[in-house]
Amino acid sequence: MKPAERDKEERRLAEERKRIVRDGPKLKGAKLEARLERTWRRPPGFLGWLATVDHKEIGRRYIVTALIFLALGGALALLMRLQLAHPDNALIGASRFNELFTMHGSTMMFLFAVPVMEGVAVYIIPLMLGTRSTGFPRLNAFSYYMYLFGGLMLWGAFALNIAPDIGWFAYTPLSGPQFSPGKRADIWAQMITFTEVSALAAAVVLVATILKTRAPGMTLSRMPLFAWAMLVVAAMIIFAMPSVALASSMLISDRLVGTQFYNQFEHGDALLWQHLFWFFGHPEVYIIFLPATGFVSVIVETFCRRPVFAYPVVVLALISTGILAFGLWVHHMFATGLPRVGYSFYTAASMTVAVPTALQIFCWLATMWDGRPRFEVPMLYVVGFIVTFVIGGLSGVIIASVPLDLELHDTYFIVAHFHYVLIGGAVFPLLGILTYWFPKITGRMMNETLGKIGFWTIFLGFQLAFFPMHFAGLLGMPRRVYTYPAGLGLELPNLLSTIGAFVVAASVLLFVVNGLWSLYRGAIAPPNPWDAASLEWATTSPPPVYNFEHIPVVQSRTPLWDEKGELPVVTGLRVDEKETLLTTVVAATPDLREPVPQASLWPFIAAVATGILFIASIFSPWAILFGAIPAAIALTAWFWPKDMKRQPEPVIT
Amino acid sequence: MIRQVRFTDDVADLPTHKFGPSSLTWWGIIGYMVVEGGFFALAFAAYFFLMGHEQGWPPEGRVPPNPLAGTLFTIVILLSEIPNTMIKKAANAHDTERVRALMPIIVAIGAVLLIIRGFEFNSLNVLWFDNAYGSIIWALLLLHTIHILTDWGDTIVLWALMMTPLGFEGRRLVDTDENALYWRYVWLLWIPIYLMIYWVPRL
Repeated sequence: MKPAERDKEERRLAEERKRIVRDGPKLKGAKLEARLERTWRRPPGFLGWLATVDHKEIGRRYIVTALIFLALGGALALLMRLQLAHPDNALIGASRFNELFTMHGSTMMFLFAVPVMEGVAVYIIPLMLGTRSTGFPRLNAFSYYMYLFGGLMLWGAFALNIAPDIGWFAYTPLSGPQFSPGKRADIWAQMITFTEVSALAAAVVLVATILKTRAPGMTLSRMPLFAWAMLVVAAMIIFAMPSVALASSMLISDRLVGTQFYNQFEHGDALLWQHLFWFFGHPEVYIIFLPATGFVSVIVETFCRRPVFAYPVVVLALISTGILAFGLWVHHMFATGLPRVGYSFYTAASMTVAVPTALQIFCWLATMWDGRPRFEVPMLYVVGFIVTFVIGGLSGVIIASVPLDLELHDTYFIVAHFHYVLIGGAVFPLLGILTYWFPKITGRMMNETLGKIGFWTIFLGFQLAFFPMHFAGLLGMPRRVYTYPAGLGLELPNLLSTIGAFVVAASVLLFVVNGLWSLYRGAIAPPNPWDAASLEWATTSPPPVYNFEHIPVVQSRTPLWDEKGELPVVTGLRVDEKETLLTTVVAATPDLREPVPQASLWPFIAAVATGILFIASIFSPWAILFGAIPAAIALTAWFWPKDMKRQPEPVIT
Repeated sequence: MIRQVRFTDDVADLPTHKFGPSSLTWWGIIGYMVVEGGFFALAFAAYFFLMGHEQGWPPEGRVPPNPLAGTLFTIVILLSEIPNTMIKKAANAHDTERVRALMPIIVAIGAVLLIIRGFEFNSLNVLWFDNAYGSIIWALLLLHTIHILTDWGDTIVLWALMMTPLGFEGRRLVDTDENALYWRYVWLLWIPIYLMIYWVPRL
């Protein structure tokens, strides 16, 4: 282009720039709402539905999909409990039982617990931070589709009777080519690849969103505790997940192209698997637990009408838990034999991690002590969480000790321990927070009476199901056995556990019934039904597609409590194209105006292409080569601008 | 919005692009760099874990890889930083014409590197299925090849984009800046891999 043409072009752009429509005193209220609605709504129809990049739609899909996997994983648990209800039962055979516990564990860890936390965060974090969108919304959509396809592949395999049967941690050499011929182990390993790609994408989205899109004035020290928790969790995902991705890639290549990573006869080592797996696997537990502590902080604050006691302590506890979680993985390997100093170090580290968690619990208790707690359903779940999680935490400190661990390793005591920390520590707060944010997401309140009945049945049913497992474990019952003989004292604890499991299932069913009923018949929710303090409650329930008419300004940790009357906002974002505001990382001063990508089908297509690559590579290494071509084309088309004419200000088409 | 609002600041005059940590893309790139760095770091850990079990490295009866192609590759990739820095500077100076002129050079260097890489695979003196030593050496070289290949593809797409009228947009120059940042990461990661493949077995 010649300089003269360039100048003419620049003049055209400058002229057009003047005509851009922005919010402000001249454009506000209903007129602004209509304009924003037109700009932000996605294309209609099924293709528009697939192409959406709205974080609220994606977050909802994440949550609903994860809850379906929770139900499926729970159904498998019931089958296992039926088989174990009395000794020498012949309902389910040994090999099917192997599939059941593998599917149960893998589904709950990879397809329910991590994705549901990401889903809640993807929905609520931008609202909490006072922005219009997540960063990288197309990557966010891609992340959901990868997760969905990974889940469909695993459950499709189960339906086709080729489900993995090697346990959720797939130890080598059992999972290697010699002891697991066929494709079951490969299905498991590729499910890992799907969920890793998905979780890593979501983590990058969350980090960028939390650091760069906070409302002006929301400095790091005014950020809601849930956002802090998710920032730590996203960083943990980024550091932990590559480990299992590497481990499972090496496992697939051992099985497919004959590498020898885990083959001790050719200089490999089966324990390499355990190190790599648990370097991921232990942080994974905190990746599931820390979002739940964020939920608890949110609920405690709102229902005690007081900011969480000792905010800096809670933040530092979150960060130190995140760091310590990477120094514990060897405590899963005490029974493999370690040097003396290894035993001492990892025992000490495992006990140390109880300290920041205890600090958080004391902060919540202090908040309740000093506040005026209202015991509505979300708050009940917090109380249930504290009781149950403390029991599970204490049994964790017990098995951090090597001699006890060697005695209890792979018994039902361990099963009891991790269900106490995972269900008590993550599922209870999740049910609480879903009740809490249900009005924001759907515009209707959940039924309080059904909610209270549901809480008490799941709380008591849970104790009935899992407390007896401690005794079964102490009596020597190993985990993962499909049956046990009579006369060892195992009959009663197992029968109680089975009854408890069905009570828990009934309660989850009640939660679903309550949710569905409330969706259509629940009381209409006002914008801020719980009188809470954070920004998600500053917009309507449910929020409009653009979240906020104007970007709010924050001057404290609890803006809606402290801003009596008018809410301060900034103006000047364009409304004729999708645009949002970026702020600086620490001080959250306005930094840039950022175009938000339009809806696009390419993330979906890229996920399909990548999914075909992953599934085909179970069968042939060449799939990686040939499958990469369509995937690369889809990723390029995703990035490539669809409109080559220069706009006065950038637009992502 | 439900409550009455009070207008404070106006952000209409804020820019729509900046270089470095102000940009959202920078954070995305850094995020993925950490992911890949973690992947490589753990692969290095696996390498030393396997090596720690052995009396000799490579295991007895094997000769270490021939370092000729790998050394040539190292020299070329280190020299590639010269045009890479020039592109980065041109992008920061909003000099689209100069970026357009320099991009073919870095793309050509990528192609040369990929050709040399083929010879590297041929000089390892072990196959991936021979033993775990061979597996991890191949894994490291393959991982880095994927790294080079994806960044090369990326750079070609970016080059094509910079040739369009959109090449004058500030945000595309930020993309160019960050692509150059990423290339630095690719060659930086190569240095430990080079040492682990060719020189640690000679210690």
